[in-house]
Amino acid sequence: MEAYDLNIQEAREALRTGQISSVELTEAYLDRIARFDRSVQAFLAVTADRARSDARRADERIRAGEDGPLLGVPLALKDIFCTNGIETTCASRILKGFVPPFDATVVARLGAAGAVLLGKTNMDEFAMGSSTENSAFMSTRNPWDLERVPGGSSGGSAAAVAARMAAGAFGTDTGGSIRQPAALCGVVGIKPTYGRVSRYGVIAFASSLDQVGPFARTVADAATLLAAVAGSDPYDSTSLPNPVPDYQAAMGRDLHGVRVGVPDEYFVRGIEPGVEASVRQAIDTLAELGADVGPVSMGHTAYALATYYLIAPAEASANLARYDSVKYGYRAPGVTSTLDAYLRTRADGFGPEVKRRIMLGTYALSAGYYDAFYVKAQKVRTLIKADFDNAFADFDVLVAPTSPSVAFPLGAKTQDPLAMYLSDVCTLPVSLAGLPGLSMPCGLSDGLPVGLQIIGPALGEETIFRVAAAYERARGPFPAPSLS
Amino acid sequence: MARATYEPVIGLETHVQLQTKSKMFCACSADYAGAEPNTHVCPICMAMPGTLPVMNRRAVEYAFLTALALNCEIPEASKFDRKNYPYPDLMKGYQISQYDLPFSSHGHLTVDVDGESHRVGITRAHLEEDTAKLLHRRNGESTYSLIDVNRAGVPLLEIVSEPDIRTPAQARAYLQKLRLIVQTLGVSTGNMEEGAMRCDVNVSLRPIGSAAFGTKVEVKNLNSARSVQRALEYEIDRQTELLDRGERVIQETRGFDEDRGITVSQRSKEEAHDYRYFPEPDLPPVFISREWVEDLRGRLPELPDAKRDRYCEQFGLSRYDAVQLTSSVAVSSYFERAVAAYQKPKVLANWIHGELFRILNDTGIDLEASAATPQALVTVLGLLDAGTITQAVAKQVFEESVKTGADPERIVSQRGLTQIRDTAALEQAAADAIAENPQAVADYRAGKQQAIGFLTGQVMKATRGKANPTAVTEILRRRLDQG
Repeated sequence: MEAYDLNIQEAREALRTGQISSVELTEAYLDRIARFDRSVQAFLAVTADRARSDARRADERIRAGEDGPLLGVPLALKDIFCTNGIETTCASRILKGFVPPFDATVVARLGAAGAVLLGKTNMDEFAMGSSTENSAFMSTRNPWDLERVPGGSSGGSAAAVAARMAAGAFGTDTGGSIRQPAALCGVVGIKPTYGRVSRYGVIAFASSLDQVGPFARTVADAATLLAAVAGSDPYDSTSLPNPVPDYQAAMGRDLHGVRVGVPDEYFVRGIEPGVEASVRQAIDTLAELGADVGPVSMGHTAYALATYYLIAPAEASANLARYDSVKYGYRAPGVTSTLDAYLRTRADGFGPEVKRRIMLGTYALSAGYYDAFYVKAQKVRTLIKADFDNAFADFDVLVAPTSPSVAFPLGAKTQDPLAMYLSDVCTLPVSLAGLPGLSMPCGLSDGLPVGLQIIGPALGEETIFRVAAAYERARGPFPAPSLS
Repeated sequence: MARATYEPVIGLETHVQLQTKSKMFCACSADYAGAEPNTHVCPICMAMPGTLPVMNRRAVEYAFLTALALNCEIPEASKFDRKNYPYPDLMKGYQISQYDLPFSSHGHLTVDVDGESHRVGITRAHLEEDTAKLLHRRNGESTYSLIDVNRAGVPLLEIVSEPDIRTPAQARAYLQKLRLIVQTLGVSTGNMEEGAMRCDVNVSLRPIGSAAFGTKVEVKNLNSARSVQRALEYEIDRQTELLDRGERVIQETRGFDEDRGITVSQRSKEEAHDYRYFPEPDLPPVFISREWVEDLRGRLPELPDAKRDRYCEQFGLSRYDAVQLTSSVAVSSYFERAVAAYQKPKVLANWIHGELFRILNDTGIDLEASAATPQALVTVLGLLDAGTITQAVAKQVFEESVKTGADPERIVSQRGLTQIRDTAALEQAAADAIAENPQAVADYRAGKQQAIGFLTGQVMKATRGKANPTAVTEILRRRLDQG
């Protein structure tokens, strides 16, 4: 076993008992990154100097007797988190060279906890995508099969954890961008309840949907990572005031009496048979563990895709208006007027998917269409949320596939945006309802990971962790991809 | 058609900068006057990626106080909306403003013009954030602009009037009243020259008696209440001429050229903006309890109309005098401090709007910026009442004390301005005036009574105002009548 094989809990134990130092652990990760990231391409930037100084400071704190759940633990961050003094691009040309003068709240909390920053990971540009192929800089490869996508938009973070190039990582999820890559890369990922984690310093895509969440190899690690960053933030008016419970305490309990709902509509037409089989087997395991499993119907599920692709782009069209060449980031060379600067900078600086969504969103908000599109979508959103509220009257959690397919080949869906959008049909409704959803590996299909999605009511992370941990114990260890 | 057959229909849109400590959505200082450019900034008002707004509760309270003072309704719930348009001074590419659920609506205020009261409806008052400031520069052939972000994010209260205003004088009075109200509340300086209050006007004409509205023109870039009046006067004339010639008024935005006193079309780049308003997802709705509103209502100070009415009742002043004395927070404070020390309110009123306002007008300084103190006026009036100085000298001394802040008693003693009581000296001065002005003497003896006034004036001049004019006139008359 190598240092990078230790999960977060194991690494903390080793650090606490002095078996390994944070510097040694960090070097092990930096070395692994140097050896494998050329093939995986998870990292846009490896912050080696920063990592080493973080590790040295962590070792001082450990020597001083300090004990914290992330002290000295090397992590990777999606390049959507503003990091003070470290370039943050959102995988876009329009932010190439942007160095934030401040830390996102999440970054500050991780720093205070003594975590080590290994680097910024690749993503779909402005978090718009399901494969990380929309990055302006490079595509990330799935560690399970380097010709396949890791999922998106947080593909870099998912791949880094899967490939053991980080002990854990953070990403964001707007329509599935943590859960879907977690599923495709065979790791644990959770999108918490909307408002559970501060969005301050997280470059905005869709304000009413974006949420921060962790990637990890185990459920317990995911809970540890979430607990370290969750909690209200005076800088984020949408963050919830509710205290953060002890997630670890929830995880030892068995599943007797837990009511598990299985929504029919999530086993969509076109779901891969191998995915369906794997997920259904996992559900059977839950029943064997004592859960009360039953079917539930969520009648408005089919509308989630259209609803999402009106609301998210609408909000994005406003959130991305600030990228105008004036204040920071890219400016097209040789511009001759303000209008010229706006038009050419945005034409050059944004990729095609970003442009598609800005146009779509602007259209949905425009005079004559606002009521028919944006308002109507928000109303349907209420109906989708009501489906969940009704379901949670009878069930404690819902389980479903995370993605209708396993990792698909690079380039397979890039010519067909709608096909790409369909990757998220199982995750979108949960985002629209603002509810928490976790994905964890439940099997392999043709050698590629399948993800089980566990969905909870608002602030139901404890129940989700309870179910996930019980399933994890029953499932046993999940293999790691082998990288040559 | 004669001009008198058109009725102007005028509405004002006023942006009032609230003098909160911090900006509307971040903790930067909102007090940016005199600051170096881009020193009152942070990632939030700079619109850096990932930043989020946090509502300034004090600004909301200031908005409610103003709404209550304007007799507006305050709803149970309100929200912010994004107003989207691209411009270099709009940092986020959208302004956080309010669209369909503003913090207040359906109010009114009254304006007094030439003794007539007129009620102007307030459609709504909502909160939004100010933009950055653009400074345009020329470098040889090319132009460029610098952006000072200090102002971006400062809270603005946008107050929209109903189109109830009918004359340019009323428009000016409306602005002055608004300014007075926000000053009284302490929510804004209301100073247009400093940009703390900005005004756009909408004006259209319609035949008198018609209920339908004519085509309205918007005029922007008005830097003072006076400019508003002048711009409206010009615009009404311009539209009248167009209509008289049988032409149509074009709906457009025009700017006011201060120097030439005319409005100029800005139509060249004019396109109707689609602002694509949608609810601001980064800010939860604001639920407004009735307790909160009543608590604020209890904190309202005495408002201008109530103060005006109180002056009439308490001090027996005419409504005209009371309006003059309540025309600014500084003036009413000055008056109240003066009347506490000198119990002749009517005399004070006359000196304040007679002398004080004249002096301030001439020197172009506001009362607050001047060296005038209520004590100085009281002192001058005391000296006058005691007969120590004459009316003419009192005016001189008061003027000097307003301009320099010098103590009136010191001015009188240092320059020997006490009234001449020595009858012999008065007799001599009268004799001199008679001797030096034979024409006036002849005129008087010929029956022209005004000549005595001229001679009195000569004595006043010779004695530098220190002679009591009544006594002088009496002496002159006796001497002239005696032969």
